[in-house]
Amino acid sequence: MLKHLTETAIKGSVLIFVLVVWQILCGMIFPKTNPDFVILLPPPSMVFEQGARLVGNGVLFIHIFKSMERVLIAFVIASILAIPLGIAIGWWKRCEDMVDPLMEILRPIPPLAWIPLGILWFGIGDPQNIFIIFLGIFFPVLVNTISGVKGVEKNLIWGALTLGANERQIFREIILPGSLPFILTGLRVGLGVGWMCLVAAELVASTRGLGFMIQDARYLLLTERVILGMLVIGLLGYGMDRGMRYLQWRLLPWHATQR
Amino acid sequence: MAKIEVCSIKKEFHSSRTKEVVLALNGICLEANEGEFATLVGPSGCGKSTLLKIMAGLESKDNGYVLLDGQEIIGPSWKRGMLFQDFALPPWKTVKENIELGPKFRCVSKKERGELSNHLIQVVGLKGFENRYPHELSGGMKQRCALARTLANDPEILLLDEPFASVDAQTRELLQEELLKIWGEELPKSKRKLVIFVTHSIDEAVFLSDVVFVMTARPGEIKEVFRNPLERPRDMRLKSTKPFLDAKDFLWGCIKDEVLKAIKQGFQ
Repeated sequence: MLKHLTETAIKGSVLIFVLVVWQILCGMIFPKTNPDFVILLPPPSMVFEQGARLVGNGVLFIHIFKSMERVLIAFVIASILAIPLGIAIGWWKRCEDMVDPLMEILRPIPPLAWIPLGILWFGIGDPQNIFIIFLGIFFPVLVNTISGVKGVEKNLIWGALTLGANERQIFREIILPGSLPFILTGLRVGLGVGWMCLVAAELVASTRGLGFMIQDARYLLLTERVILGMLVIGLLGYGMDRGMRYLQWRLLPWHATQR
Repeated sequence: MAKIEVCSIKKEFHSSRTKEVVLALNGICLEANEGEFATLVGPSGCGKSTLLKIMAGLESKDNGYVLLDGQEIIGPSWKRGMLFQDFALPPWKTVKENIELGPKFRCVSKKERGELSNHLIQVVGLKGFENRYPHELSGGMKQRCALARTLANDPEILLLDEPFASVDAQTRELLQEELLKIWGEELPKSKRKLVIFVTHSIDEAVFLSDVVFVMTARPGEIKEVFRNPLERPRDMRLKSTKPFLDAKDFLWGCIKDEVLKAIKQGFQ
């Protein structure tokens, strides 16, 4: 128990140190030299206060739910399209030959570069945001699924063949479970990239959501709300990543990283 | 009629990098009968594993044919069970699930599969490890699991591709004895299955087999067919007797030049 507590203290020490130094510098020292400084970088206490207010009146949750909803929709659409396509590309050489050139040209285009086109196509709001997030999730999932399918050991397929498996059974019993670790990694990376794209998409083209919230707060010079929004984005991103890791751990008790 | 008949098998490999064509197997002919334990021995790279995979129907061939009971082999089938050097056990399946894989592919009912796997787990001595994943097993246990998995299909012949090569030396000796027992060494010949066993250990070949096919360095050809005079059943003590050592000497005499040739090829 004591060991556990010390462990937690060690892990949290740098974080707490930064918060304390920030509070002292921005709350006590800098304001004396220049009162405007509080506007540029408010101390954590003000950010916390702002957080309490937005939680109290529920505004923060409205933005969080909106952002989460967009990411979730984009995540589902991207998975439904990228996983089957990735499996097809990884399994059938002919399919890879045909689709690869297109994918290789589209892949290096950052999702953010699609924002102008997205606004022209979908206007300001949900569809545009979801489109950008979708692009962020799609390619990591696709690329990982392809390498997952291709990475399945030939001997496992051969072994199954000598046990009497037909192509459908090979697919279900060998290829799918064999590529699952890669697919889940793709989903985790994709979710991370999608979350970053979300904020960028909302910054420029939306009327609700965490990205909008910080952009809006900038116009009002509410720096503490900007920082609050950034911290919430960071915390939620971290939470989702942990969630995906937990899912990996639960679904793949056999996998190498669990050993 | 021979159980399996291999006739003028030729196999070339095309290197995509150097555009070289390597002749791996050059007109291999051999026959093995029902109930025999036949071994293919040869230096590294002589194509013995490739030949076995052709028999399994996993590799293509450039000439010749393989007949099983007079029927040409054109693709893989559960009737020709195979063991691999690296076990080829899907890591996401437990011991029990791995053993039931073949019957599952053949749509055997769940109840029957369960009974079968329980029995085989006893046979190969994996009781208590049913629910382990392969990475939680030692090399020897993995190969026992793979053997049980192959036996679960009750195949007509067994093709074993250096099954004990990635197992430590002591376990290997034990597994050799155990393999003979499971194969049914004490049964009359008509009750046993034909085994084709690939190895580069002469010791292993002499201990296990009725007939040893010695292969040359690349391009692989059959250099010598050695009929093993040793009596069955055999156990570990046999390995220090004169007939055993004589047989080993004879085979080493056949194979030594080929090994030297193979080493030189490796440096080219």
